[in-house]
Amino acid sequence: MKRFFAQCYIWLLLIVLYAPIVFIAIFSFTESKVLGNWTGFSTKLYSNLFTGDMQGTGSLMLAIENTLIIALIAASVSTLIGTIAAIGIHNMRGKTKQAITFMNNIPMLNPDIITGVSLFLLFVFLHISQGYVTVVLAHITFCTPYVVLNVLPRLTQMNPNIYEAALDLGATPGQALKKVLLPLLKPGMISGFILAFTMSLDDFAVTFFTRGTIGLDTLSTYIYTDARKGGLTPELRPLITLMFVGILILLIVINIRNIRNAKNEE
Amino acid sequence: MTKRSTWALPYAIFLVFFVALPLCLIIFYAFQDGSGNFTLDNFTKFFTDADAIGTFALSLEVAIENTAICILLGYPAAWILANKKLNKSAVTIVLFILPMWINALMRTLATAELFHMLGIQLGKGTLLIGMVYDYLPFMIYPIYNILNKMDKSYAEAAADLGATPWQIFWKVQVPLSMPGVISGVMMVFMPTVSTFAISEFLTNNKIKLFGTIIQENINSSMWNYGAALSLVMLVIIGITSLLQDNKKEDVSGGIV
Repeated sequence: MKRFFAQCYIWLLLIVLYAPIVFIAIFSFTESKVLGNWTGFSTKLYSNLFTGDMQGTGSLMLAIENTLIIALIAASVSTLIGTIAAIGIHNMRGKTKQAITFMNNIPMLNPDIITGVSLFLLFVFLHISQGYVTVVLAHITFCTPYVVLNVLPRLTQMNPNIYEAALDLGATPGQALKKVLLPLLKPGMISGFILAFTMSLDDFAVTFFTRGTIGLDTLSTYIYTDARKGGLTPELRPLITLMFVGILILLIVINIRNIRNAKNEE
Repeated sequence: MTKRSTWALPYAIFLVFFVALPLCLIIFYAFQDGSGNFTLDNFTKFFTDADAIGTFALSLEVAIENTAICILLGYPAAWILANKKLNKSAVTIVLFILPMWINALMRTLATAELFHMLGIQLGKGTLLIGMVYDYLPFMIYPIYNILNKMDKSYAEAAADLGATPWQIFWKVQVPLSMPGVISGVMMVFMPTVSTFAISEFLTNNKIKLFGTIIQENINSSMWNYGAALSLVMLVIIGITSLLQDNKKEDVSGGIV
């Protein structure tokens, strides 16, 4: 009985929580401009999305492309910088270590808008014209701390003797790094990369303040401008649906893999 | 590996340049007028402007209300999800985590569209409901995580010593899950107090929150005033983060 009520509560919450996205998904299969007005089944919005033949402004595809490229660059650079930094931080002691860990935490604790405004002021102060490069730099700034935090625990858990053993057995420091250290850090680097990538994909405020006035749009800023113009471009409905389904599949695959791994370890 | 400590040097320089310096610039610009002279005018302007103070108070109010509702709805949900007897499937857990991975603006827009479709007038009510929609998963997840990892023997020991289930819940499980609640509060309160796009979507720009005024000032080149407002927000955030004594919040743990 208790279980029944508990399940009711959970599913009620989920139904309410998912109602908006379900409606968006249903109405992505009709052509009408406004949500809630069913004008018959059609996949036209989907084909419009892929052919770029938009009813609204035509730069949605470009915005998606920008979002993905920026996320890819930012996540890759962050993973590189973050991993090197984590190795350095791990080998530091005392006050310097505290100071750098504290600074590393700031971008994660700061609200996006503060990060955005502060970086905006930096670029204004240095008279750097804002655009693609400043957005990428800004994204690297708030992504790298997550990589550092994902790689550091790997280093602390690692047995330092393994590395020393490699050196004793005649490996050069470079070889020991490549063949011993990096494979051990890889899981942390991968989760750091994925986290950085999604952080970058999700970002709105920081991009908004650092993109300048050259008309650079990511998906978030595109949606923002679009919604402020009044009304949602209908093609965003299939896009939201596709992203939702994509992430759902991804999460399910990851979770099944995790459960399998856990079972194998047992 | 002794010399490896120098490997952090490039990142240290990077942090000074892209984190410390920009924050100092907020203070630098906040105490300046348009022509670069030292002034306190930006702050006098804010503290004497009834509209600005009103917006500020409203933002705090909405953030506190949103956080409270998220705890009230989220704690029982997290508790049920973490309880093996009440919830056996991993699917529900994935479903609660999933929204965290979807672009917040998209989710908000979907919610606003739903209100629109149902003919609900956009205003403070929709703002709160929409915020709860956006942030509830961020409250549930950290609480779920800590309840899930909690050593079951504490509750069993309490039961052996004669505690009723109700007492076990309030005196053992709730106190032990506080770090999760605090994590959740940080992940809900901070973004709500600083949001701007989300509130604009959910109220059709009728109700302005503090973040919106910052954005408007910065975008209309009133950098100094905008910087002063940002500094006010930084102080609020600073006070809030004192609540949380340096616990690493693990947003991704378990998903990836």
